[in-house]
Amino acid sequence: MNILDFGNAFFSDSAHWHGYDGIPQRFWEHVQYSLLALAVAAAIGLPVGLLTGHTGRGGNALALIANAARALPSFGLLVLAVLSIGFGLLPVMIPLVVLAVPPILVTTYEAVRSVDPSPVDAARGMGMHESRILLQVELPVALPLILSGLRSAAIQIVSTATIAAYVSLGGLGRYIVDGLYQRDYEKVVGGATLVAVLALITLAVFWAAGRFAVSPGVRRR
Amino acid sequence: MTFSTKSSRSITRHTGAAAVALAAAAALLAGCSSDDTSDNPLEGEKAEAGTVVVGSNNFAESTLLADIYGEALRAKGLEVSYKHNIGSRETTYGLMKNGSITVLPEYNGSLLAYLDPEAGQESADAVNEAVKAELDKKLTLLESSPAENKDSVSVNAETAKKYGLTSSSTLADLKDVAPELVIGGSPEFQTRQQGLKGLETVYGLKFESFKALDAGGPLTQAALTRNTVQAADIFTTDPTILKEKFVVLKDPENLFGFANVTPLVHKAGLPQEGVDALDAVSAKLDTETLLDLDAQVQLDKKDPLDVAKAWLKSAGLD
Amino acid sequence: MNGFFDIPSDLQHSWAGLIGLHLRESLLPVAAGLLLALPLAQLCVRFRWLYPPVLGLTTVLYAVPSLAFFVVLIDYTGQTELTVMIPLAVYSLVVLIPAIVDGVRSVPQETLAAATAMGFGPVRRYLQVQLPIAAPAIMAGLRVATVSSISLVSVGALIGNQGALGNLLAAAQKYDRPELAVNAVVTMAVLAILCDALLVLLRVLLTPWMPRGAHRRAAAPREQLTPEGVTR
Repeated sequence: MNILDFGNAFFSDSAHWHGYDGIPQRFWEHVQYSLLALAVAAAIGLPVGLLTGHTGRGGNALALIANAARALPSFGLLVLAVLSIGFGLLPVMIPLVVLAVPPILVTTYEAVRSVDPSPVDAARGMGMHESRILLQVELPVALPLILSGLRSAAIQIVSTATIAAYVSLGGLGRYIVDGLYQRDYEKVVGGATLVAVLALITLAVFWAAGRFAVSPGVRRR
Repeated sequence: MTFSTKSSRSITRHTGAAAVALAAAAALLAGCSSDDTSDNPLEGEKAEAGTVVVGSNNFAESTLLADIYGEALRAKGLEVSYKHNIGSRETTYGLMKNGSITVLPEYNGSLLAYLDPEAGQESADAVNEAVKAELDKKLTLLESSPAENKDSVSVNAETAKKYGLTSSSTLADLKDVAPELVIGGSPEFQTRQQGLKGLETVYGLKFESFKALDAGGPLTQAALTRNTVQAADIFTTDPTILKEKFVVLKDPENLFGFANVTPLVHKAGLPQEGVDALDAVSAKLDTETLLDLDAQVQLDKKDPLDVAKAWLKSAGLD
Repeated sequence: MNGFFDIPSDLQHSWAGLIGLHLRESLLPVAAGLLLALPLAQLCVRFRWLYPPVLGLTTVLYAVPSLAFFVVLIDYTGQTELTVMIPLAVYSLVVLIPAIVDGVRSVPQETLAAATAMGFGPVRRYLQVQLPIAAPAIMAGLRVATVSSISLVSVGALIGNQGALGNLLAAAQKYDRPELAVNAVVTMAVLAILCDALLVLLRVLLTPWMPRGAHRRAAAPREQLTPEGVTR
């Protein structure tokens, strides 16, 4: 038996395709955890990154906070959260959000900072309001870099959301943790493959979002 | 067909080569900076000659029992090292077979159910004979202790009240209500005969769903207390049963069989004086003692090694 | 036995011992990753067509959860530190290869031409011109790899006490002692911040010609919007 055989056996077993422990259900749970964590992290990271990037103030403080957040171990935060607040989705969201905020925050800040100053000055000279400058001039130009920050956050979330299974939640990590304790390599390899597939889908979604949302003028550069 | 095996083989070969390259690089680095040679990763799997490696599964009682065995062996002058917290039986049995572990605290009937899910369990002696017949040739069971710690399906107070379950209720009484209940247990409980499989084939129980928790540890205790699950696999020596008023359901079909604490041993690694030392421990260890020692670790939060040493001293085995 | 530093005996290490183990288990893979990434990145710079597939492969590997990696490796390397260190080395590779490739590629053609004109051979040119100029990018990659490695080691606790400080997390659950989890998280975070700071210091020492600290950006303004900056 090698890794390919394990994967094959996992996906061809019809019992793995339905019910509360079936692939569709576990996949959907994983997508839900990931989307929720990404949404919360973006709700924190994007506005703060846009504002600080626009004003150019607080960059050092931001870098410090982001570095500190990066230093916190996800698995450790998870166990700590479960021990202090008990079961549920919340203790799983804490490490995922902490994981995802720094890349979103830092890339958004950098993206807005690095917008060519001449169009910004021109807009200001035309009497544009600061909020319109941010949203209509800086944001479109910064969007590709901002999306790349969101993308790397999303990939990390998808990969790390597997630890939810260690504290009894669902998601694709269920197969990996169960496979470890049941000594069932089919499940481990199948689960890991599904996580990698979800990561590739995430990449594709962001590629499509880039095609759709980024203005052609910015894209050509 | 031939093509596909060929291509998959070449992929394994490549990952294998990459692993070897990485291993070589890591070993090189480890060699440069590592200060202690005892856990050189390349030798980690094989115990040093003459050292007895005592292993344990990933729950508190197993650690405690391993400490008792290990310290009893040490008292007889044997070299002992520990490999704690390894995982489930599914993992430790493989490590016993290849000799990475010499001694492991086991539960005779649970081990039999793992080796042969079909085997009946009439008496403790018959169980031990059956286990020995099924065991890998390199392994054996020593004398069982009277101390017993079974798996059990227990329900929380709320569920017991709702469905009128008492300490005289049996697993068979769950038949009608099981589809409304979520059951929790260790991840391995999902696929074991002494788990979901047996509950279905022996008692016809089909639960609403299964929630993977831990091996009778704090996750399981908390999930049952908070009604996240209504029934769970709880060890009968668990001190929280009394504390939280869990109701242990009777098991008339003996699905969970016998579970006497028994040392599983890799024959080549344990000299006769070691066998004698472990037999002496088993002779003195009964269920009441085990309950008391468990409570010291899990409720009083004492260190298992201290608890083990203190008990060996009081039993005159140190 | 409930204190913050009362480590359960089954971990078989003192707190300081766990820290040493943790540093070894997390930093050796990064070092191994760097040793492998340098030649691989050089190949990617030399043969441009090699870079996209290498990048694709490493991205997919990066998405494989560490626990799955550990479990599959157990069969080959047993429940040992090596099983934890191999995946961490792979993750380091994933971070370091793009960092080095981008860094080495950012060396201006004129600089390379000047070095050639001064009679530098390819090896000397690589060691004395390309690597030093790429040093800030490489150090940035090393910082990310090191911090994530320190965090990921803890997952090794799930495969039988192979997670160094992470074993405290498993013990915290097993014995229901939350203070051990606090100890583990705080200690790991402090280790990560210290290692990160050391790498920043090292970068300052290695690149004495660059302005120090955070003002670097102000001194080299607005250069991010090169095409490569955007796609990265």
